[in-house]
Amino acid sequence: MKLKSNLMDSKSISRTLKRLTHEILEKHYGVDNLVIIGIRNRGDILAKRIIESIRNIESHEVPLGMLDITLYRDDFRQSNETPVLQETDISFDISNKKIILIDDVLYTGRTIRAALDAIIDLGRPALIQLAVLVDRGHRELPIKADYVGRNIPTSKTEEIQVKLKEIDGEDSVWLIEP
Amino acid sequence: MEFKSKHLLGLENISKSDINILLKTAFSFKKVLERSIPKVPTLRGKTVVNLFFEPSTRTRFSFELAEKRLSADTVNFSASSSSVLKGETLKDTIRNIESMKIDLVVMRHSSPGASLYLSQCINAAVINAGDGAHEHPTQALLDMMTIQEKLGSIEGLNIIILGDIKHSRVCRSNIFGLQTMGAKVGVCGPGPLLPRDIEKMGVTVYPTVEDAIAEADVLNILRIQLERQKGGLFPSLREYRNLYGITKERITQAPKKLLIMHPGPINRGVEIDSEVADGEHSVILKQVTNGVAVRMAALYLLSGKEANKIIKESS
Repeated sequence: MKLKSNLMDSKSISRTLKRLTHEILEKHYGVDNLVIIGIRNRGDILAKRIIESIRNIESHEVPLGMLDITLYRDDFRQSNETPVLQETDISFDISNKKIILIDDVLYTGRTIRAALDAIIDLGRPALIQLAVLVDRGHRELPIKADYVGRNIPTSKTEEIQVKLKEIDGEDSVWLIEP
Repeated sequence: MEFKSKHLLGLENISKSDINILLKTAFSFKKVLERSIPKVPTLRGKTVVNLFFEPSTRTRFSFELAEKRLSADTVNFSASSSSVLKGETLKDTIRNIESMKIDLVVMRHSSPGASLYLSQCINAAVINAGDGAHEHPTQALLDMMTIQEKLGSIEGLNIIILGDIKHSRVCRSNIFGLQTMGAKVGVCGPGPLLPRDIEKMGVTVYPTVEDAIAEADVLNILRIQLERQKGGLFPSLREYRNLYGITKERITQAPKKLLIMHPGPINRGVEIDSEVADGEHSVILKQVTNGVAVRMAALYLLSGKEANKIIKESS
């Protein structure tokens, strides 16, 4: 595993998140009925930052939810170890809400498929949209992001690593070669 | 953090780290149970057999519910309506059931060690749902979860188990598990119901229930097993109540805010009075709720292990 190239640094991540926030607000004509749900373990941090950004723009606090999709994964039988279960923390009723789902990297689409199932088990939202920091291609399911930070074409052997201050001590996006 | 145990046979030989993972996972599942759709698809396609060689209502019901909440397929087996009556040995019964491709076995049996034997005979993961007077790990785990939920941490607490210590698998599992988690464990009960050399397990023996209440953070009251009372281990239920019954008068003497627990089914007016069982200190029904979450955690964590082996064998 070696870090091949630095694709985004702290400043570009912050600019991209601001742009995504504006796109979301533009599309929905504001914050009415909007909720943000981040997928653990990094989507939830990005979700917090987007909420902060909405607060700066609209002076409005959008509800934040955090989703753990472990129980909905389709590779449960194949995984080498039992994944540690984290809590889903969505303390509001999602019925008839406009949900913006946030994740760091969109790849095969399987995580999003699991997240959609998990959300539907909680209620019936008005709509669900997807915002990601990086789309690296290679979808295995018919899933598409509504808001994309950066399109980064990759080969399947490469990996994208998103580092965020809250967990990793710095903000950056790396292309990694195996 | 990785869950290391392959089976859940008892709490005697399980690490603190594994107990912590079990409890943490159980708290996550408790949240799932509070949702409007309290069910997740995690164990879809997995088959769990509930082998009950001894009668059980709540443990069995709790396991079945946990399995269904995880979307597993379940098969039930009870000794009273099976080939055991036709003289089949335990090993043959197990092998036959295993041939039907199952992933997990939950077993209750009257012989201590039956679940260990089972785990040596088959590939599936085994959960002990009570083996004789040996262990009942999921009950102790749900007791620990309830204590953690109510008091924050188990470490340093003084937890006293009261009643028929000798015949109680719940008590043994609790002693092992609580000591691993750093609690002080005490016992109290009539002499004939205390095993000889119980002090060697590292527990404090309290001579009277008043002594116990004076020092306890938690009282775990065991059921007087009426079916075992023909042997004359104590003179009468009335005398038992007078000396060891947990009455309102007794718990008002407690210097600390006591937590009252009971693994059920309770004998009202024998080991515990109704006023106490239904009172503010009692968490008896919370224990039952947590039981489903703990069992979901055990099933979840052990089914992953089994998956590894299947993959390894087939590749």
